[in-house]
Amino acid sequence: MTLPLLSLLIWLPIIGGSSLLLFKKESLAGWVRGFALLIALPCLGLSAYMLHAFDPTRWQMQFQETHTWIPNLNIYYALGIDGFSAPLIALSCFMTLLVILASYRSVKVRVAEYLAAFLIMQGLMCGVFSALDAVLFYSFWEAMLIPMFLIIGIWGGANRLYATMKFFLYTFLGSVLLLVVIIYLQILARQTPGIDPSATFNILTYHQLSLSLIAQKWVFLGLLIAFAVKVPMWPVHTWLPDAHVEAPTGGSVILAAILLKMGGYGFIRFILPIVPNASQAFASGMVSLSLIAIVYIAMIAIVQKDMKKLIAYSSISHMGVVTLGFFTVFSIVQRSGSESGAVMSLQGAMVQMISHGLVSAALFFSIGILYDRLHTRLVNDYGGVAHVMPVFATFFMLFVLANIGMPGTAGFVGEFLIIVSAFKANIWYAAGAATILILGASYTLWMYKQVIFGAVFQPRISALKDIQGTEIVLLLLLAIPILTLGFWPAPLLEMFKASSEHLVGQILQSKI
Amino acid sequence: MLDLKSLALATLLTPLAAAVFTGVLGRNLSKSWVHTLCIGAVGVASILSCSILTSLVFFQTEALNIHLYTWAVAGDISFQAGLLIDKLTAAMMCIVTFISFMVHIYTVGYMRDDAGYRRFFSYITLFTFGMLVLVTSNNFLQLFFGWEMVGVISYLLIGFWFHKESATVANFKAFIINRIGDFGFILGIAAIAYGFGTLDYARVFSQVETVAVSGQAIMLFNPIAIPIIPFACICLFIGAMGKSAQVPLHVWLPDSMEGPTPISALIHAATMVTAGVFMVARLSALFEHSAFALHFILLIGTLTCLLMGLVALVQNDIKRIIAYSTLSQLGYMMIAMGVSAYPIGIFHLVTHAFFKALLFLGAGSVIMALHHEQNIWQMGDLKKYMPITYITMLIGSLALIGFPPFAGFYSKDLIIEAVKVSTMPGASIAYYIALGSVLITALYTFRLFFVVFHSKATMSVETISHLCEPSLNIRLPLIVLALLSMSAGYLLVGPLLQGYFNGSITINDALHPGFAMLQAHFQGAFAMALQGFWQLPFYLSMAGVLIAWLCYVRYPQLSSHIQKTFPSLNKILNHKFGFDTFYEKIAMQGMSLGRSFWQQWDNKLIDGMGVNGTANAIDHIANRLRQFQTGHLYHYAFFMILGFLLLISWMLLTQPGVK
Repeated sequence: MTLPLLSLLIWLPIIGGSSLLLFKKESLAGWVRGFALLIALPCLGLSAYMLHAFDPTRWQMQFQETHTWIPNLNIYYALGIDGFSAPLIALSCFMTLLVILASYRSVKVRVAEYLAAFLIMQGLMCGVFSALDAVLFYSFWEAMLIPMFLIIGIWGGANRLYATMKFFLYTFLGSVLLLVVIIYLQILARQTPGIDPSATFNILTYHQLSLSLIAQKWVFLGLLIAFAVKVPMWPVHTWLPDAHVEAPTGGSVILAAILLKMGGYGFIRFILPIVPNASQAFASGMVSLSLIAIVYIAMIAIVQKDMKKLIAYSSISHMGVVTLGFFTVFSIVQRSGSESGAVMSLQGAMVQMISHGLVSAALFFSIGILYDRLHTRLVNDYGGVAHVMPVFATFFMLFVLANIGMPGTAGFVGEFLIIVSAFKANIWYAAGAATILILGASYTLWMYKQVIFGAVFQPRISALKDIQGTEIVLLLLLAIPILTLGFWPAPLLEMFKASSEHLVGQILQSKI
Repeated sequence: MLDLKSLALATLLTPLAAAVFTGVLGRNLSKSWVHTLCIGAVGVASILSCSILTSLVFFQTEALNIHLYTWAVAGDISFQAGLLIDKLTAAMMCIVTFISFMVHIYTVGYMRDDAGYRRFFSYITLFTFGMLVLVTSNNFLQLFFGWEMVGVISYLLIGFWFHKESATVANFKAFIINRIGDFGFILGIAAIAYGFGTLDYARVFSQVETVAVSGQAIMLFNPIAIPIIPFACICLFIGAMGKSAQVPLHVWLPDSMEGPTPISALIHAATMVTAGVFMVARLSALFEHSAFALHFILLIGTLTCLLMGLVALVQNDIKRIIAYSTLSQLGYMMIAMGVSAYPIGIFHLVTHAFFKALLFLGAGSVIMALHHEQNIWQMGDLKKYMPITYITMLIGSLALIGFPPFAGFYSKDLIIEAVKVSTMPGASIAYYIALGSVLITALYTFRLFFVVFHSKATMSVETISHLCEPSLNIRLPLIVLALLSMSAGYLLVGPLLQGYFNGSITINDALHPGFAMLQAHFQGAFAMALQGFWQLPFYLSMAGVLIAWLCYVRYPQLSSHIQKTFPSLNKILNHKFGFDTFYEKIAMQGMSLGRSFWQQWDNKLIDGMGVNGTANAIDHIANRLRQFQTGHLYHYAFFMILGFLLLISWMLLTQPGVK
């Protein structure tokens, strides 16, 4: 019997996390933390094994599991991963482990509930990235909101109620349309001859479904709202800065590292393969929205005074590069006539998702480390931190450099590939994307300068203690993959290769 | 004997290992361990570089072009890390490691009492590695890696004394301005990838002809399209303008003087800022195919050379004067690139590295002796107290103004000759400007020299009583560099004009015959120096020295008189032609635009009208609807009956046949 790897990755943390809720006594906090690590570590091990056993030369779904769930509606418990989802699952497991590590110092109240929420969320995230049944996907997708809602609402900052409501309503309203689209596609699939009646809720079935252009456009818009909110794209991005500012460090990390990626994942799993003609029709509009996100949002980031808000805006700007990579593929093929540029663009966008996950998480952890000490996120409350926290300043420098896309860090790879491939579509797309080089450096280094450099004027800064123990481990665990990806992104790109090629093939095939 | 690959790898990895080791463990090591390790590593790298050069020059070893590993494969492009070791690379490696070695030794004395001693060594050793990555690259991507790496270390070193606000403002500015250059650079790389399908130098150069005639173009606005090679060249050169501080992206270099003096010598004079010049020479095969790009380079180089020399005339900070001089000399190098005399540009890069590093290190020695005083008007008559610094600075100054047979003479004279014989349209204007700049160079150089070493001492008695020559590890690099500033030109000009760079630099002699003509007319270094005394540049530089002597030694009131006579000129120069103000305005505009995006659009429009607006509207409607829920039974009964009546009447009215 083969190991139900994906199910284990989903249910082990959910069950383990739920069982943590039995030990809510504050005195047990130490044990609870240890137990949480005991769940998260094997999950990471499993995901590492999954990456190892994954065959990157095949685009087909791997590690498939199918069980009947609601037979009379043809809804299945169907799981499977391809090159796009495997690294995202590993990233989810990795990030949760780091969040648990970080909680050793920063979370003191309701520890069991906190860790339980994150572990359950980890399982749900793996579910989102591995579900092949649309209803199963939707269930995980919506279920994810609950732990996140609680995390911000319970462990969040002063204005957390506004932020949670905004977060919940924004994403929930977007998702409702996703459900409508799924039902529509299901009905359509049942009416289409030649489609296996037992697979009408299967996402892969929808990839083969022919749709008229007008139907595609409606489906596109419905899905777009669901996924654009998550990414988030301009102009539906305003929930993110608020959610980030109010969320506890761990919440911000998962939000930036994984939740936003679910939006990007939606584009490649649903929008591009299901409605390619509509995607092509709307491509220039989507590119415009992406470029607005890159430039407009970066300019907003420049004037932020709250570090978390600054990084939140930076995230939106960097995710703009991802959506740019997705939607330039059409004009790349049109202009250059070859598919390889489009493949590079998709690979770049995927790498950008992974690297942004690592880098934004690292930045939020770093800000969390400062926040734990001074309980403020305002840039102006700091200054001269390098004098008292040199080790921290060094790590923070690395993460800041990664955020501004310095070669040798993960942040460079995706941006570089997308600029190079966007150039094939249109010089102005590339030029717009390349402004992130200047603007990103402006806000990130300005923040670094204000916080880390300068003379120490306040006694509370001079009393700061440098990072130690788990904090060093934590930042080191982030620094290693960031540098490794920067100097050797080949394995990750290899991972995305077959799936990207397959996807380019899919979107170039008219479905009308 | 070791093969070239192992030698090159060892040259690269030795400084890296030392930098990482001292960077990670530095705090646990004693100072002497740290500097021994770093100096040792760079010394070894220096010796290895020399042996690479020797093996290329004397043993006629084949140039090395290999791939080390595959960085990534995306789409159909494979990005490789690799090494290209030819004579151009070897020359650059020698210069980089040698100047770095000198600066390392100097640092032991200069930074002796600094709390960041270990950090400083770790940075400059890592910088050496970054610079080596840049020059040994065999592809555009790795060039960009090295390019950005030295940029980051320069950023860290300008802000080395990060408690000073001015230092952190300067390094921020340096980074952002360089990023504007990088914006062009990365588009240039994208254009290369688009046009050639590879980023490998060798494969790009082999396709240049095909791409040039293919007529492939980049559409800017319909119907305006630019052929791919000029576009790529201009974009790449914008990158070079950032790194090599060419007008208008030069504003960061004077401010970079906030960093400790050793790095001003190493990074902001001898090595990193010349990376742009190196890049153009490295890509000569590409630039030769774009007359437009070469014109652009010539224009920018000429502007930089003239304008920055003029600004140097009115500066009062000893390091800033030398920094503006560096800008002006970089302009000279770019002029050489513009007229396709790439080898001469590289030659000036090499001689300039010696004498400018010398001038900076000498200035550092003065600054140290005066307890970090940098204003030249707070100095004076130092010749009496610091004879070695005085003599070495004199040698450096003479080399800078191109006094035969000092190093600068050969390189600058050749640049001026190259411009003179160039057939490019506009080269004649560049020629006169280059000549005029000789006068200006002599003027600002000897203004500094006379004021610092000859004019009346203006220091306090207490300072004077402390004045003395610096320690040996500071004097040693000064002396070595002084010797090289005297002799390097004489020694190197022969090999240079006898075709040292053949094979690594491509010149289309049919289109740009200048360099070939200079080669043909060369009659030996000695004869050239002799002729130098009878040529216009010599008289111009002597005139400059004379004016400086009159204004600052003989009649000290003369200079202020001149300033009063031409107030507007003085104002323009003091404002450095307004570039800084211009950038500040742009930054301010950008900030206020960002603020209005945030507050007007995001907060008011999207959130205020859209998100919260919807919520408020729902709230409002719900409040209205709530008024129906009165809780009174008769209200409900009334509405029930009303509804019932309406329903019945509707049914009756729509019932067919009732009429």
